[in-house]
Amino acid sequence: MAERNGSRNGNKAVKGSFKVKAGLAQMLKGGVIMDVVTPEHARIAQEAGACAVMALERVPADIRKEGGVARMSDPTLIRSIMESVTIPVMAKCRIGHFVEAQILEALGIDYIDESEVLTPADEENHIDKHPFKVPFVCGCRDLGEALRRISEGAAMIRTKGEAGTGNVVEAVRHARAVNAGIRRLHGLNHAELVREAKQIGAPVDVLAECQRLGRLPVVNFAAGGIATPADAALMMQLGVDGVFVGSGIFKSEDPLKRAKAIVAATTYFDKPEVLAEVSAGLGKAMPGLEIPTIPKDELLAARGW
Amino acid sequence: MIGVLAMQGAFAEHVRALEAIGASTRLVKTRQDLAGLDGLVLPGGESTTMTMLMERVGLLESVRAAIANGLPTLATCAGMIVLAREVTDGMAGQQGMGLLDIAVRRNGYGRQVDSFEAELEVAGLDGKKFPGVFIRSPLVESTGSAEVVATHEGRAVAVRQGHILALCFHPELTSDRRLHQEFVRMAKAS
Repeated sequence: MAERNGSRNGNKAVKGSFKVKAGLAQMLKGGVIMDVVTPEHARIAQEAGACAVMALERVPADIRKEGGVARMSDPTLIRSIMESVTIPVMAKCRIGHFVEAQILEALGIDYIDESEVLTPADEENHIDKHPFKVPFVCGCRDLGEALRRISEGAAMIRTKGEAGTGNVVEAVRHARAVNAGIRRLHGLNHAELVREAKQIGAPVDVLAECQRLGRLPVVNFAAGGIATPADAALMMQLGVDGVFVGSGIFKSEDPLKRAKAIVAATTYFDKPEVLAEVSAGLGKAMPGLEIPTIPKDELLAARGW
Repeated sequence: MIGVLAMQGAFAEHVRALEAIGASTRLVKTRQDLAGLDGLVLPGGESTTMTMLMERVGLLESVRAAIANGLPTLATCAGMIVLAREVTDGMAGQQGMGLLDIAVRRNGYGRQVDSFEAELEVAGLDGKKFPGVFIRSPLVESTGSAEVVATHEGRAVAVRQGHILALCFHPELTSDRRLHQEFVRMAKAS
């Protein structure tokens, strides 16, 4: 992959190889990536122990409320957030909008989220992510979707969940679907694997790698609806490598305290006594949304394929 | 028994690398997990996150004391920052443990788009070069009493100071186990 993606300088150092793109996601494991809309939020997130922040103009809950076309954030905002923290900074581009991705790469962003939270720019194609030096994370609802994104060059995967709802039910559904998809590969011979690839719309080579590893070949986080320390620990116990928290922190009553609690819950996800301690006295969580009350055409997870 | 600090970061990759060469491992999340270890790995990840979590659960002082008392330690990337005498470009107020006599600049090689792979000559390793994977790596700006074990473009990227081996790069992300083997030897010898 290095030869395909990387660029060499005179000293034989290779930049932008798949190894270093996927490697940053490995460094984020066991951590919490928080949505922030101002440099002040970013500093609070860092102080709380976030392993990265997602810079954007509106958190998903507000995008959902305000409607309209949601696009990449203003570079001025992204830059000001990059300057305010030392941890990695991610930003979102629209599905299929490879020019927004080029702009984010030019800004020197650390990770691009090709995200269903923004309005898709292409209803047929996702971005070809291989030529970029900056790594991409993409959402998925099941194994087939995850592997399609990986074959397009995604170096990290996350569940889609249903962003901006404060309701973890969809993230759970998607994480379980990925797990079930991987379990199904156990014991299949090659002919059966080819059939499975056809069934789930996944490339055979990536599916075969998945079978060999017994897991996704890249890091897999949970996203979409995580609002409490218990939600974060639930996703970790379902086997994800870390969590994204979007609206859940800065739409809550005491963001710093909640952020710290979610960070602790992600590390001590298997220690209920720690979870009990950090879950106490956090103030109000963000108001949640029941999924069936959302009109079908406003479901964000349905964007992308 | 080798402990791997498991606050945040690529600790599972170190566990896999160590178990592949026959070492037993234990994830370190509490003070009790430090008991009876022959060695400790401080993995890559975010140094601010790891340090703050260790502070919050009262692990920072115990880890510092254990390493100061001679526990053999392998530190990669963020782990190197956690141990350093001097940290620049860190989060406001960020300090290393001061156990390793080096000055480092956080993300000194640049942001993620500048992350790179390079082949390294590592002193004491026979045969072929070592595959160095550098991810938002710290830059070692000066080394005091620490011995330089490998360099890249004239800068130290691996240092050894007594029982501490610290690397800017990530052997746990490669299939080359020679540095983990070297560390397990250090742990057995002490």
